[in-house]
Amino acid sequence: MSAPRAGSSHDGTGSRPRVGLFVTCLANIYRPNVGLAAVALLEKAGCSVEVPLTQTCCGQPSYNNGDLNGAARTARQTIEALEDFDYVVAPSGSCGGMLRDYPRLFTSEPGWQQRARAMAAKTYELISFLTDIRGMTSVDAAFPHRVTYHDSCHGLRALGIREQPRRLLATVRGLELRELADSEICCGFGGTFCVKYPEISGRMVGDKAAAISATGAEVVLGGDLGCLLNIAGRLGREGGKVRVYHVAEVLAGMADVPGLGDPRQPSGGS
Amino acid sequence: MEPLSHAFKERAVWALQDETLQVALNRAKDGFAVKRAKAVEGLPEFDALRDRAVAIKNHTLENLDHYLERYADAVERAGGKVHWASSAEDARRIVVEICRAAGAKMITKGKSMVGEEVGVNGALEGAGFEVVETDLGEYIIQLAHEPPSHIIVPAVHKTRGQIADLFHQNHQKYGLSRKLAEVPEMVNEARQVLRSKYLEADVGITGANFLIAESGTSVIVTNEGNGDLTCSLPKVHIVTAGIEKVVPTAEDATTLLRLLARSATGQDITTYTTFSTGPKRPGDTDGPEEYHVVLVDNGRTTMLGDQFREMLRCIRCGACMNHCPVYGAIGGHAYGWVYPGPMGSILTPLAVGLKEAGNLPNACTLNGHCAEVCPVRIPLPDLLRTLRHREYQLRLGLKPMRWGLAAWVWFTTHPRIYRLGTRVQARMLALLAGRKGRFRRMPFAGSWFRGGRDLPAPQGETFMAVWQRRQKGQGR
Repeated sequence: MSAPRAGSSHDGTGSRPRVGLFVTCLANIYRPNVGLAAVALLEKAGCSVEVPLTQTCCGQPSYNNGDLNGAARTARQTIEALEDFDYVVAPSGSCGGMLRDYPRLFTSEPGWQQRARAMAAKTYELISFLTDIRGMTSVDAAFPHRVTYHDSCHGLRALGIREQPRRLLATVRGLELRELADSEICCGFGGTFCVKYPEISGRMVGDKAAAISATGAEVVLGGDLGCLLNIAGRLGREGGKVRVYHVAEVLAGMADVPGLGDPRQPSGGS
Repeated sequence: MEPLSHAFKERAVWALQDETLQVALNRAKDGFAVKRAKAVEGLPEFDALRDRAVAIKNHTLENLDHYLERYADAVERAGGKVHWASSAEDARRIVVEICRAAGAKMITKGKSMVGEEVGVNGALEGAGFEVVETDLGEYIIQLAHEPPSHIIVPAVHKTRGQIADLFHQNHQKYGLSRKLAEVPEMVNEARQVLRSKYLEADVGITGANFLIAESGTSVIVTNEGNGDLTCSLPKVHIVTAGIEKVVPTAEDATTLLRLLARSATGQDITTYTTFSTGPKRPGDTDGPEEYHVVLVDNGRTTMLGDQFREMLRCIRCGACMNHCPVYGAIGGHAYGWVYPGPMGSILTPLAVGLKEAGNLPNACTLNGHCAEVCPVRIPLPDLLRTLRHREYQLRLGLKPMRWGLAAWVWFTTHPRIYRLGTRVQARMLALLAGRKGRFRRMPFAGSWFRGGRDLPAPQGETFMAVWQRRQKGQGR
């Protein structure tokens, strides 16, 4: 695993906005490099980043499977962990979108609803936060590869994220972006959908993998690890050579580790 | 029709394995979505029209009793008769009675989804009438003895070859001896046969896209003109429509018309838009002698009073299914009832119960494409999630899923244990995967792999562990 590159987060002056990073359960378990890349990018954007240890999951598994009470319990945990920051930022449009949906979970609890609203109003997906709130227009990174970009549905439709990652990727040295046909069509992940209806999900991700291969790209990027695990799993099974990274890893210049599902480098394993 | 939604999973797998169906679905795949996008692009006020449509529909639904009475009064003033059907059974009985009273033998039908919903054809055939569908798509599936698989293109699941076979098998009695190859030939063949049926028919049954309260007019849109012939040639015309089809004025209907065809087929307007008001008046050259409207509730007033009211804005354009990747993969028959795709995944459980159709609201990735294209801005994913909540509350879902969720919630509300547990999980998985970096199979996780994919392995450490070490100044 690559070493963190940025300095300590706590050396900032009072004028730097305090950002609470909601790292997401998938980045925490599967891809710490995404969390580190998010920290590096946020610090570059002049933020002081903190990661409260009491954060866990956004609650989508419960929310999307009808267990609204369970989702509210998880949401309370997240709110308590993150509500005191100037901003809450997640390297995921899906989880960030979930935090923005929290007020819906507390329709009969005015106190919690107020807190959920206040937090939702300052919650952002990482890349759109960098561009839209922090005014980031370029990054200092090189990635000399042909890449394509998968727009995750929640980021695209719930949060309006489409141009932001493309604008920053355009400033990565050596990177050539090849647009994906049907880029607005779901990859078939859908949280628990992918295990409840694996055959349908498999067909959808098969179509997505074919569209990715058709671009001739060497690497596919995206902003949501759920979709990326699904896509990487399919591409890996098909034995293709396309590698998969979270867009933050490339923007932070931290894509020097094996991609999702790639064989581990002999010297680099932890 | 008897619902088969309980078998959704099996039906979906069959559909995925049905090569002929996949050919038909692939051919249809992008057509409507591309055509719609072009039509919308050509109409700068499309979004403003959508807002207007939502306002019209919301206002009408808030005052539905008032507008239904106004509509019924206007129909009666024009010499027609209104019948109120609270259930599918009522609707079937009323239609059969009208046909009996008319002494009918032959009945022609225009395409009607509410007709499919209440099962008009089965009831009429059971009562000894001959029923002929006049919409080409409906005619084809009638020959095939199948329900529609799409609400605007009922035979979208059929390939040209299958349709040629159907004509070959069924039209020999009309003198067809060779197998047809080209689409225009098939259209012509159907048209020739249908022409005589129109003239022979005693009763014509149509649906309605809109009912105009101020004038008692019903509006239907078609591309084949079959609607006109069905409602004007027979001596009795029956309109079957859901009660949510009413709008206050002709102006309102035209606003919705501007959205309907663009959203459905990408046309600016359908080839025919037919307005019919009451029976033939003295001095009219044509038109039916009797004009009946069967207004169908069948669960709609229940929807009006609960969280699903917004679903009653639906104008049955089919845009949601045209943009649904699940529908695109499995087609409409897998859903097991009359309405497929996103709108059907809400209407079906409400009509036949969550016990029967619980899979439908779950078989969705909540990607939101349907809501994005819905002309009347129905929040379809939210309504699907509401149904999942209802299913959860009724304890209808799978038990292991329930236990899993409960365990996960407990885990997420105990952060120390969560950190430890995820740490162990990340390490174990990375260790087990070894150098390969991914799994080709794993016990207890077969569902993931049934999707034809590997599972990428974690990097090895959790982010929290890396972060804590870094905070302590021990970062590598």
